[in-house]
Amino acid sequence: MQSSIAKFIFGRLTLDSLPFDVPILVVTFIVVALGAIAVLGVITYFRLWGYLWREWFTSVDHKRIGVMYMVLGIIMLLRGFADAVMMRSQQAIAFNGSEGYLPPHHYDQVFTAHGVIMIFFVAMPLVTGLMNFVVPLQIGARDVSFPFLNNFSFWMTVAGAIIVMISLFVGEFARTGWLAYPPLSETAYSPDVGVDYYIWGLQVAGIGTLLSGVNLICTIIKMRAPGMTLMKMPVFTWTALCTNVLIVAAFPVLTAVLALLALDRYVGTNFFTNDFGGNPMMYVNLIWIWGHPEVYILILPVFGIFSEVTSTFSGKKLFGYTSMVYATVVITILSYLVWLHHFFTMGSGASVNSFFGITTMVISIPTGAKMFNWLFTMYRGRIRFELPMMWTVAFMLTFVIGGMSGVLLAVPPADFVLHNSLFLVAHFHNVIIGGVLFGLFAGISFWFPKAFGFRLDPFWGKASFWFWVVGFYFAFMPLYALGLMGVTRRLRVFDDPSLQVWFLVAAFGAFLIALGILCFLIQIGVSILRRDQLRDLTGDPWHGRTLEWSTSSPPPAYNFAFTPVIHDSDAWWDMKERGYVRPLAGFKPIHMPKNTGTGMILGGLSIAFAFGMIWYMWWMAAFGFLGMLAVAIGHTFDYHRDFDIPADEVSRVEAERTRTLAAGA
Amino acid sequence: MGALAALSLSLGGCNAVVLFPSGDVAERQRDLLIQSTGLMLLIILPVMALTAFFAWHYRQANKAARYEPDWDHSTQLELVIWGAPLLIIICLGALTWVGTHLLDPYRPIDRVDSTRAIAANTKPLEVEVVALDWKWLFIYPQYGVATVNELAAPVDRPITFKITASSVMNSFYIPALAGQIYAMPGMETKLHAVINKPGSYTGFSANYSGAGFSGMHFTFLGLDDAAFGKWVGDIRKGAGTLGRAEYLELEKPSQNVPVRTFSSVDSALYKAILNMCVQPGKMCIDEMSSIDAKGGLGLAGVYNVLPLEYDKYVRRGLGTVTAFGPKSTAVASLCTIEESDAGASGAFRPTPAGISLPVKGRGLARPPYSPAGLLRFDLLTSTRPSKS
Amino acid sequence: MTTTTIDPRAAAAEAVAAAPVFHLEEEHAHAEGGSTMLGFWIYLMSDCLIFAMLFAAYGVLGGNYAAGPAPKDLFELPLVAVNTTMLLLSSITYGFAMLAMQKGRVGQVQFWLAVTGLFGLCFVGIELHEFSGMIHEGATPMRSAFLSSFFTLVGTHGLHVSVGLLWLVTLMIQVAGRGLIEANRRRLMCLSMFWHFLDVIWIGVFTFVYLLGMLR
Repeated sequence: MQSSIAKFIFGRLTLDSLPFDVPILVVTFIVVALGAIAVLGVITYFRLWGYLWREWFTSVDHKRIGVMYMVLGIIMLLRGFADAVMMRSQQAIAFNGSEGYLPPHHYDQVFTAHGVIMIFFVAMPLVTGLMNFVVPLQIGARDVSFPFLNNFSFWMTVAGAIIVMISLFVGEFARTGWLAYPPLSETAYSPDVGVDYYIWGLQVAGIGTLLSGVNLICTIIKMRAPGMTLMKMPVFTWTALCTNVLIVAAFPVLTAVLALLALDRYVGTNFFTNDFGGNPMMYVNLIWIWGHPEVYILILPVFGIFSEVTSTFSGKKLFGYTSMVYATVVITILSYLVWLHHFFTMGSGASVNSFFGITTMVISIPTGAKMFNWLFTMYRGRIRFELPMMWTVAFMLTFVIGGMSGVLLAVPPADFVLHNSLFLVAHFHNVIIGGVLFGLFAGISFWFPKAFGFRLDPFWGKASFWFWVVGFYFAFMPLYALGLMGVTRRLRVFDDPSLQVWFLVAAFGAFLIALGILCFLIQIGVSILRRDQLRDLTGDPWHGRTLEWSTSSPPPAYNFAFTPVIHDSDAWWDMKERGYVRPLAGFKPIHMPKNTGTGMILGGLSIAFAFGMIWYMWWMAAFGFLGMLAVAIGHTFDYHRDFDIPADEVSRVEAERTRTLAAGA
Repeated sequence: MGALAALSLSLGGCNAVVLFPSGDVAERQRDLLIQSTGLMLLIILPVMALTAFFAWHYRQANKAARYEPDWDHSTQLELVIWGAPLLIIICLGALTWVGTHLLDPYRPIDRVDSTRAIAANTKPLEVEVVALDWKWLFIYPQYGVATVNELAAPVDRPITFKITASSVMNSFYIPALAGQIYAMPGMETKLHAVINKPGSYTGFSANYSGAGFSGMHFTFLGLDDAAFGKWVGDIRKGAGTLGRAEYLELEKPSQNVPVRTFSSVDSALYKAILNMCVQPGKMCIDEMSSIDAKGGLGLAGVYNVLPLEYDKYVRRGLGTVTAFGPKSTAVASLCTIEESDAGASGAFRPTPAGISLPVKGRGLARPPYSPAGLLRFDLLTSTRPSKS
Repeated sequence: MTTTTIDPRAAAAEAVAAAPVFHLEEEHAHAEGGSTMLGFWIYLMSDCLIFAMLFAAYGVLGGNYAAGPAPKDLFELPLVAVNTTMLLLSSITYGFAMLAMQKGRVGQVQFWLAVTGLFGLCFVGIELHEFSGMIHEGATPMRSAFLSSFFTLVGTHGLHVSVGLLWLVTLMIQVAGRGLIEANRRRLMCLSMFWHFLDVIWIGVFTFVYLLGMLR
């Protein structure tokens, strides 16, 4: 009787589910708990709760939400990188009969969590955050189309991240690899909660991503300032549009395929099982129909960042704007025709394999065109090597190597010998670090002054840059070599002692990258301390070209006192060239959305729902689900979601800006 | 190209088996890899050089460099920008199309190496490969022996691998011999290859398959004919038989398994493994497919399921939890193993009276059993692993 | 701000003559909810993709009966025909509700919404009846991959209809409370799109699952 009550309340959660026997996790938990107590204490001491709640958590301002996405991404980067360090050190010492320090049960979770976290909770939030912050400013809008939805999307992403983080201390994470191929991820072979954490973490975050995609598409299509035709949109906005189209067209596939896997695991259906006519190959196909566009979801906005940075710091219009746009669109479309290249080795026919191999290579044509466009933007420019431009040049030199190894893997016979090898691991880190991450750092240092009104400290930024770039080469070039030695991925121990030196070099590279991350964090701290010296009074610290630089840094809540009118793709440059005079009077009241806590409440309830589902605590799952339903319906009864910023207030803010500009001049 | 040569030399010193393999197929795959890299370097190297040069030459400090802030278009340049990669990709695409067809793992090989064709009377060595949790089982149907975690083949004799798995996806890969192919439960993939140099090579699973994955490797021995004969002879002289019961024991998860040999093997075992019906009473996939192709067994077949004696939920030593109770059942076979085997050889034609299982209801008319099963093509994927 | 008070109109005229206009003098209002229809349409397309995946799964697995029952053993076409009629009728009555909304007649809107809801309820009820019948015969989603994909595809559609019903009731309450204000009209339009979308999906289900299933 007692046990059945306990079972009702706690489902399959018992004291044994808590990993007291894994010292690494216990120590991590203590450190995290102490850190959390310290942070909460500081917030309480300085009485910041009200401020955070009013100004940030409930904010529907796209700029605030963008910044919160970035913070989420950076926090999760630390977690994902900790996993990377554990893998690198395990592989560096597990030779000559040594088992290393991670047993399979732990190691297999580490590499799964590393992949999942880095893609879903580092790269995605950082990219989404930048798009959220920049796009409305670039198109001269006051906010996104659906401000509340934007806040809700953010909190769903956070909820997904929290669900994955809970798995660190309660139960375990999936031990399947980051895409959880069945039959391994079926209950027959993974009966524990790991895969359930995976499923619900991604489902919850996926809802956020999908809605944010819908939101940004609408924003770009509907909210552009007058005069900004599609072919006058800044390139970053173009790439953001294509990325969000990809999100909306790809994430439902992930939702569907994970739902089917969940049905297999919870109800006992037979979609991907071995018995009763299930077909695991279908999962592999479906997940990659999402998975391949996903990598372009990450890289396209970053291509946009590089375009903005190159033309800004070369002091020159972007070379070949039109071909840049077409290249982006072509990549968007082609990204749906290549998914099979992830499993040439699953036994498809030679013609099918060749088709997908060749479509993959075709993508390198528009990508190559982009590379040339950046190159010829630099040509006859006057290049200022500020931090964003340094990241860009490092990207151009690094990304071509990754692109080349990628095309190599697209040749099926070459893939047969390199598939799943460390060569592959080196390849995708080459494009994700050398492409996405370098681009994100370029974007962060480029737009940071816009967001906060002061620049990032260049010294620590350059230190971070060099550690990252050199560390990347040290960490991943050995992996290319190891791949050519026939070493496969996800191995925990090795027999051949001659390989160890390569892993040691790679571990050293990871160490350098750790220093790079440290320098980045120091850079932010130092910049906050030195913010008065680094202050940007003009709102246009880099001699920018697009609209976001026409407003103050940080921009006012309403972004633009008057809706701008656009005549050129480099709108702000055009305005500056043709003697734009900032209006000083005639301000009107501005209609803006009100803040709301609904998004955060829904996010919290979704965690309860997911946790209940994962541990079979059905009462909690039901509570979470019905709660979400009730709160969402209740929210629709609130018809007063807007307010007006009075004209006086606008005048006051603009007068303040006039004074700042005068002080800066 | 120089850098590439230097790289390959330096890697040669440390056993870069992918670049210096010992089998003809792997060698041709390597050649393709080098050719593709060379083709791409034609464009990659100039781009990298230009990036470095432009970045340096047009730096702000160099006031001597031309500065044209409004220059943003050149039709000729655009043609080159799109045309040059296009040309490279056309060449690479042609190379890919031809290479992929020539090196299709399903295609029987047509030569021993670049200089020798296959003699007309050569019979390829057949090996049936099963990826188990977490070891490899190799069955030699021509010799009636089997080994675990050791594979041997005569030098210069073509090998035909038929590959399947018992539980989850693995990938069968011997870098020195040929490229890899997935090993998947209930499905068969094929690989054709030949080893040209005697020696001892490493083979392993290249697709993560669970806790024992790291230890799931085996030795591949390239032996001359005499040594291979002796190797087979030694196994035959040894102990160990591999029948259904022994297989079910062997199939249970185990890690870092030492080499084992079996001097005799149940000749129908591989087919039963492939069709996932080693366990007595479980319906084979090929039988199920042929029944399904004829419209299933109707409502009467609904309860034609049986509990798996050997419970999959505990097979990896873990708990027995699912959300809505255990689902440890399989479709029950309509005939006994002996009848199935006989059916496969064409000697047995089942009659309704032969049904011994609890098939109730509307006097089930059983569809005729076709031993060949049905080759099922997957509509969505057009992938080839066939169920039977 | 005491130094200069520029007459905006004069300034604009001057600007047109000298330099182009770089900003709007009047507040450029994006009509409230102006993106809603587009946004909801995009959402529907993403939902459509989920159904596309489920159709694909059914296409791949629909013939894998695992030596169990096939469509012809399970489906009762007359029942499905009644069911289809219910849904099609509900779409028509929703259309009447929208016509009434155009004319601004709250009572008529409520009446037609209620009728739509009843038809929808009948649809869901018949579907549940069909499902429970199959499960009682032992044809559960666990029995074969065909049944898994069948129950999932049809059930997901049924779940959508149920959510639509919940939404419908919510909207009826909101229309009762506030009448046919702009926001409510927009919501009615969205639900209309959703409802007709489900109709289109059902036609796909009816054709590919039920009709072609009986022909198999």
